[in-house]
Amino acid sequence: MSKVVFETEDEEEVKVDKDWKPRILAFLCNWCSYAGADLAGVSRIQYPATVRVVRVPCTGRINPFFILKALTDGWDGVVVSGCHPGDCHYISGNLVARRRFALLNELLEFFGIEPGRVNFMWASAAEGERFAVLIEKATERVKKLGPNKRFLKKW
Amino acid sequence: MTETEKEIIVTGNEKPRIGVFVCHCGVNIAGVIPIEDLVEYAKTLPDVVFATEYKFMCSDVGQTLIKEKIQEQNLNRVIVAACSPRMHEPTFRLVLKEAGLNQFLFEMANIREHSSWVHMKDPEGAYEIAKDHIRLAVNKARELVPLEVQTVEVDPSCLIIGGGIAGMNAALDLATEGYKVYLVEKTPTIGGHMAQLDKTFPTMDCSACILTPRMVDVARNENIELLTYSEVTDVTGYIGNFEVTILKKPHYVDQEKCTGCGVCIDHCPVSVGNEFDLGLATRKAIYIPFPQAVPGQYTIDMDSCIRCGICASPDVCEPEAIVYDDEPEEIKVKVGTIIVATGWDLYDPTELKQYGYGRYPNVITGLQMERLLSSFGPLLGKPVRPSDLKEPHSIAFLQCVGSRNFREGGNKYCSRVCCMYATKQARQYKEKHPDAEIYIFYMDIRAFGKGYEEFYESAGRNYGINYVRGRIAEVREGEDHKIIIRSEDTLLQQPIELEVDMFVLSCGLEPRADADKITSLLRIQRSGDGFFMEAHPKLRPVDTLTEGIFVAGVAQGPKDIPDAVAQAKGAASSAAALMAKGEVEVEPFFAVVSPERCIGCGMCVENCAYGAVELVEDRRFGTIASINQALCKGCGACAGNCRCSAINIKGFTAEQIFEMITGRF
Ligand SMILES: Cc1cc2nc3c(=O)[nH]c(=O)nc-3n(C[C@H](O)[C@H](O)[C@H](O)COP(=O)(O)OP(=O)(O)OC[C@H]3O[C@@H](n4cnc5c(N)ncnc54)[C@H](O)[C@@H]3O)c2cc1C
Repeated sequence: MSKVVFETEDEEEVKVDKDWKPRILAFLCNWCSYAGADLAGVSRIQYPATVRVVRVPCTGRINPFFILKALTDGWDGVVVSGCHPGDCHYISGNLVARRRFALLNELLEFFGIEPGRVNFMWASAAEGERFAVLIEKATERVKKLGPNKRFLKKW
Repeated sequence: MTETEKEIIVTGNEKPRIGVFVCHCGVNIAGVIPIEDLVEYAKTLPDVVFATEYKFMCSDVGQTLIKEKIQEQNLNRVIVAACSPRMHEPTFRLVLKEAGLNQFLFEMANIREHSSWVHMKDPEGAYEIAKDHIRLAVNKARELVPLEVQTVEVDPSCLIIGGGIAGMNAALDLATEGYKVYLVEKTPTIGGHMAQLDKTFPTMDCSACILTPRMVDVARNENIELLTYSEVTDVTGYIGNFEVTILKKPHYVDQEKCTGCGVCIDHCPVSVGNEFDLGLATRKAIYIPFPQAVPGQYTIDMDSCIRCGICASPDVCEPEAIVYDDEPEEIKVKVGTIIVATGWDLYDPTELKQYGYGRYPNVITGLQMERLLSSFGPLLGKPVRPSDLKEPHSIAFLQCVGSRNFREGGNKYCSRVCCMYATKQARQYKEKHPDAEIYIFYMDIRAFGKGYEEFYESAGRNYGINYVRGRIAEVREGEDHKIIIRSEDTLLQQPIELEVDMFVLSCGLEPRADADKITSLLRIQRSGDGFFMEAHPKLRPVDTLTEGIFVAGVAQGPKDIPDAVAQAKGAASSAAALMAKGEVEVEPFFAVVSPERCIGCGMCVENCAYGAVELVEDRRFGTIASINQALCKGCGACAGNCRCSAINIKGFTAEQIFEMITGRF
């Protein structure tokens, strides 16, 4: 993808506010990542209080519209997390999703949405620790980008 | 529902009347999040007509409270803000049902696993998340519609993968109850690792004496179809209706004709290392794994066979059972339930170079020691040193090899059987060689089972086995292939240097090397230690996360024989419970097509892994997608790709998800 698209935009300097907690919407598949997030809870693994969870049967369920809608609605970041490739509860739903999101990523970039606002990841039901770490990383990434204002009309 | 209660009819068109029930979960939630404030907050949300809290919503009192309020407040949507829906969604759905409300007009807000437990040090953050989770749930609840539960038939048959002690016991239990069992075993015989053991701790009963009769029972039982030397290659379908493909590998010996007379092995010119004896003895290219193997027919190992043709001559094989051009055979069966009992592999200590396994001949593993001690083993129960075939005078055992290791290679968990098997082997040797010197180097002895502490205690007292607390950093080879051990006795705080004739590594149990194949075949999960994961560590220890599939024995985690058998019986009884009823309720979360929107592009057909979608010609709407509900699993891969938003997934509709998304503030 050409970076030119971004450089011509009037990038406003955002200072990273340490105390600012981005609001992130996480789409988690029921069988792996939702269970992984539960395991993080049961194991009392602490991670930043930034994610609100939408449970879906499978990452394959996630229509790109959902992600675009979340961004235009002002969520600072989106996380999509499912089973590891090859481990899908529904045989290949996560592979369908992976193909779809690879395309979506390019579209998002084309729309001028900063890479890092939308984070795709895998975490199994046994990976509570990994889930927490990935959320931490996603939070950091979104924090660096600052509030999601690209869809806000400036008055 | 009692007589005084009325049924609440919801069509989906009436104004939502949402009730929010916030659970303290003792201090689990209330200790971090101010519950009162949450309740007050919930009351401010549109369409919420009632909100309250209680210490334990899942308790009898809590459930009654919800029921009463549904009736009293005429609630037509219910939200419980508490633990994960994976924990108590079924509980609360039942409450709705009992209160006369359709059970799918329910939504859970997870404020424990996804909030109070993971943001304990950030109570304000936890409170914000809890508020948002309640709001998202309320938003979704508005869009909920009543759904009808679906039932599917459960075929009264079970596939058991793995014919070790766990798989065999599960098979026998189910067969006795009258269910059809397909027992698939990868090797040419059932029995598993227990067949390799000599005696079993703590009672010291002979392993073969308790195992072999069971093996025969399995083979003889008419409800059990024994498929040895076979592997499961494909599983489709779902609870109650799994379609299984099994590949029977070619034996190159007609199993019907072979009488097991064994004349062929006397003539076969090829000798190779015997897997059963872990390379301590040889077998021929035509073989049975061990004399008591079940079934007792022979197999040719084509990787070693030189096709000299000797065994095929009628002078050697009278029944003319040899078939060099034998072909693999594929069979398909339909089963209602599946039990996974694939057991374990022994940890391979070669990577721990400091212990010299594979380099020094007199360093062996615990399982090899088991074969050496076995009265039907290669040495008929008289262990000798591999280097010179002399009886060892001194033996040292090292515990926790590849287990409880947080630094170098190996596994973090405790393998649970090694303390006891080393003690067993040491006692066995001492029984026959009272003068022998035996040392067991340990970190701490774990003797937790019934009779185990007594067994261990008597090993020291009555048998004079020396237990030394201390790790061994490294061993060297001395003169005459003796092993020189340097360690520290951490109890006496003294360095030790010791020369022994033989060094036994008490290796732990590991997940099967090919466990990945099973996970992807069955779509079950593995836990952090690599063993198959149970649905709940306490309450559902034999269920997997895939309905209708159970796990038993060491496949689920290290355990001894009594525990493996207990778990097998548990798995069998869980499977039987499903099959006895003959049908099971499944969530009615299927795909539905809006024909007026569908343009018939066919993307959904391509994405469906179950072949549940096809394009049909409709008189009014032209080419449209059509869903076969019997095949649809509700994954949503079709809906996720539908550019016209023409496919929806009940229970996870686009409207419901959009409502959650717009619930940012
Ligand atoms: C040295 C040693 C000594 C021990 N001594 C004792 C003792 O004295 N007392 C005691 O209680 N416990 C003892 N144990 C533990 C005991 O061995 C286990 O508890 C027992 O083997 C568990 O049985 P299982 O059926 O779960 O697994 P296994 O015995 O491993 O059986 C699994 C079976 O599944 C088959 N299989 C694997 N994968 C597949 C597949 N993909 N498809 C089809 N089939 C497959 C295997 O071939 C095997 O037959 C000892 C362990 C060791 C290492």
